[in-house]
Amino acid sequence: MSLFSKQNKEVFTAPLGKNNPVTVQVLGICSALAVTAQLKPAIVMGLSVTIIVALSNLVISLLRKTIPNRVRIIIQLVVVAALVTIVSEVLKAFAYDVSVQLSVYIGLIITNCILMGRLEAFAMSNGPWESLLDGLGNGLGYAKILVIVAFIRELLGSGCLFGYQVIPQWCYNHGYLNNGLMLMPPMALIIVGCIIWWQRAHNKDLQEQ
Amino acid sequence: MEHFFSLFVRSIFVDNMIFAFFLGMCSYLAVSKNVKTALGLGVAVTFVELITLPVNYLLQTKVLGPDCLVPGVDLSFLSFILFIAVIAGIVQLVEMVVEKFSPSLYNSLGIFLPLIAVNCAIMGASLFMQQRIGLDPTNTQAITNFGDSIAYALGSGLGWGLAIVCLAAIREKMAYSDVPKPLKGLGITFITVGLMAMAFMCFSGLTI
Repeated sequence: MSLFSKQNKEVFTAPLGKNNPVTVQVLGICSALAVTAQLKPAIVMGLSVTIIVALSNLVISLLRKTIPNRVRIIIQLVVVAALVTIVSEVLKAFAYDVSVQLSVYIGLIITNCILMGRLEAFAMSNGPWESLLDGLGNGLGYAKILVIVAFIRELLGSGCLFGYQVIPQWCYNHGYLNNGLMLMPPMALIIVGCIIWWQRAHNKDLQEQ
Repeated sequence: MEHFFSLFVRSIFVDNMIFAFFLGMCSYLAVSKNVKTALGLGVAVTFVELITLPVNYLLQTKVLGPDCLVPGVDLSFLSFILFIAVIAGIVQLVEMVVEKFSPSLYNSLGIFLPLIAVNCAIMGASLFMQQRIGLDPTNTQAITNFGDSIAYALGSGLGWGLAIVCLAAIREKMAYSDVPKPLKGLGITFITVGLMAMAFMCFSGLTI
């Protein structure tokens, strides 16, 4: 089987759209909402999760034949926790201010349901290359939703993107105001609700009965 | 004693795990279809939190913190691995104890009991506790002794349970209402939780 067969492409692209981990599988929402008040931490978080999902998928897929079935959850958790520790130390060393902003949510990648979901559902029964692609696809699908939510929240909430002001000053002079509610936790939930609404309105087969 | 109660009340209403930090959302959305199972899960989460948080507190203050084990050595970078190992181990232990002494409770909790190990609310509480240990003792969020860690565990567990029971009750009623088709199920649930979170924001002005 070739490395980039049609099937493998499907494994990579499905989580970006029709089988998105956040809006369709409803995994990993815990951290998806809390870090999206600004674009920068959202992108860092998305990339960290992508790297961790891809690598842990690869490691578990390589080990899958040697892991006894009864203790597999603990082994998966230890592999993930080791990777998260590495990522957290790297962030502390090279991007300290972002790592302070993300605070406990980096540690919480360990219990991110996307990781356990992908490890259980995919890596335990597929080869290393497919698992790596699946991990990358799911991580990027997660990052995509984070970036969309963070874009809306930062633009409407503080008039900035990446910390630079994009809404011109004359708008404020004519009475435009930032919507402070956008920076509060509840709006993240409502924006994700609206993204799901939009997606399901376009994909009839995703609708619930 | 005063600090004990204010920490307890704050962690239920102001620093609510769901509405302020979005922790444990996966099982929160998946298991909130009826009140009875939601209540069971809420009790199980509170129970597990009540055991794991004090254990992790002792681990952090006696083993991992700076200068605890060997002078001049700070082991707190190991906290992720040790905390999750403690949580997974205790969940396994609780599962065995419940199965032995109360088979009826074990059957009603079913698959949720092992899944608590990967509930973000439990791990999140441990990590927040780790952050709060170093705070100034006059701060209402500070965790300065073993008793405080119990108050925080009980409060955040009950807060999570309260949130899931409320949502389950709303969703039971919502089953009869006429929701637009693409919003049905997940979409409307997200928006409902958003509105509930807005209501809970009222508590943030609370000074205790």
